[in-house]
Amino acid sequence: MKEVTGTKEYIKPENLVYRKSSLLTDDIMHYCPGCGHSTTHRILAEVIEEEGIVHDVIGISPVGCSVFIYNYIDIDWQEAAHGRAPALATAIKRLLPDKYVFTYQGDGDLAAIGTAETIHSCNRGENILIIFINNGIYGMTGGQMAPTTLPGMKSSTSPYGRDVSTMGNPLKITDIVATLPGTCYVTRQSVHSPVNVRRTKKAIRKAFQYQKLNRGTCFIEIVSNCPSGWKMTPVQANKWMEENMFPYYPLGDLKVPEEKQGDQPKTE
Amino acid sequence: MAKIKGSIVVEVERCKGCEICMVSCSTGTIAMAREVNSKGYHYAYPANPELCIGCANCAIVCPDGVITVYKTKV
Repeated sequence: MKEVTGTKEYIKPENLVYRKSSLLTDDIMHYCPGCGHSTTHRILAEVIEEEGIVHDVIGISPVGCSVFIYNYIDIDWQEAAHGRAPALATAIKRLLPDKYVFTYQGDGDLAAIGTAETIHSCNRGENILIIFINNGIYGMTGGQMAPTTLPGMKSSTSPYGRDVSTMGNPLKITDIVATLPGTCYVTRQSVHSPVNVRRTKKAIRKAFQYQKLNRGTCFIEIVSNCPSGWKMTPVQANKWMEENMFPYYPLGDLKVPEEKQGDQPKTE
Repeated sequence: MAKIKGSIVVEVERCKGCEICMVSCSTGTIAMAREVNSKGYHYAYPANPELCIGCANCAIVCPDGVITVYKTKV
């Protein structure tokens, strides 16, 4: 394997501070350069490995760009029909209540075709974790307008920008599920900079711990980029996301459960 | 006073040249190579290795996990 190295004298096993998780397979991810999906896969694998739940976790893979997630993270996976991941996760969690069950979905999957499944599984308070990647566009099929596309944002099916008078308003599904009594932990994060990656990792870790305590549905929205769909370089896309996506989808916790005595989740 | 020094290892063939590590590097260690890998991407490499402090910011934002980070006190 071809590698380029920095100062060779510091490269010793005892000096290692970061290495890609061993749960990630050797397959090169098919995502475009700079895609937030790859970063999310990587931190998800890290959390699962660090929590030591590799043999107890079941993921539900979606339809969309991340449909091949089961090729990249070496855990148990089940593929769901488009948008139906929360329904499948409900079934798996009810049959195998000791397992950690999560879904990984994009905005076309979760907020468009799967809105009913998402809202009802959150309303029932199923003990699952839903990871929602929101990049405001249908990335896989060629950058069409999604329910989460911003007003005025150009896509291949809204070439003059989204006109809210005819095309409707962007759907803030995370704000909707935060109002439902079944959800326990609802948060919105991003993975475009080191600090945000660290916060997202912490959020995923917390969500798995709440699932262990049977506290209800955990919902993590990750505001992400789509450099190819937005027709920008990855660095420009991240900047555009900071300037345009974050005012509409502000980052932070939308719902944090009240701590019960004795079930304080570890924060680190 | 002890100085913190670091070093990175980049897997050339996995790198997709997105440049996110380069803008996240606070010391200016990383640059994109003039050469390309077999997929045609200008891969990241430690252009100024002596500046690296092993903060691992590049590895934490790297979408494809191509960077391994080492850190030590000298």
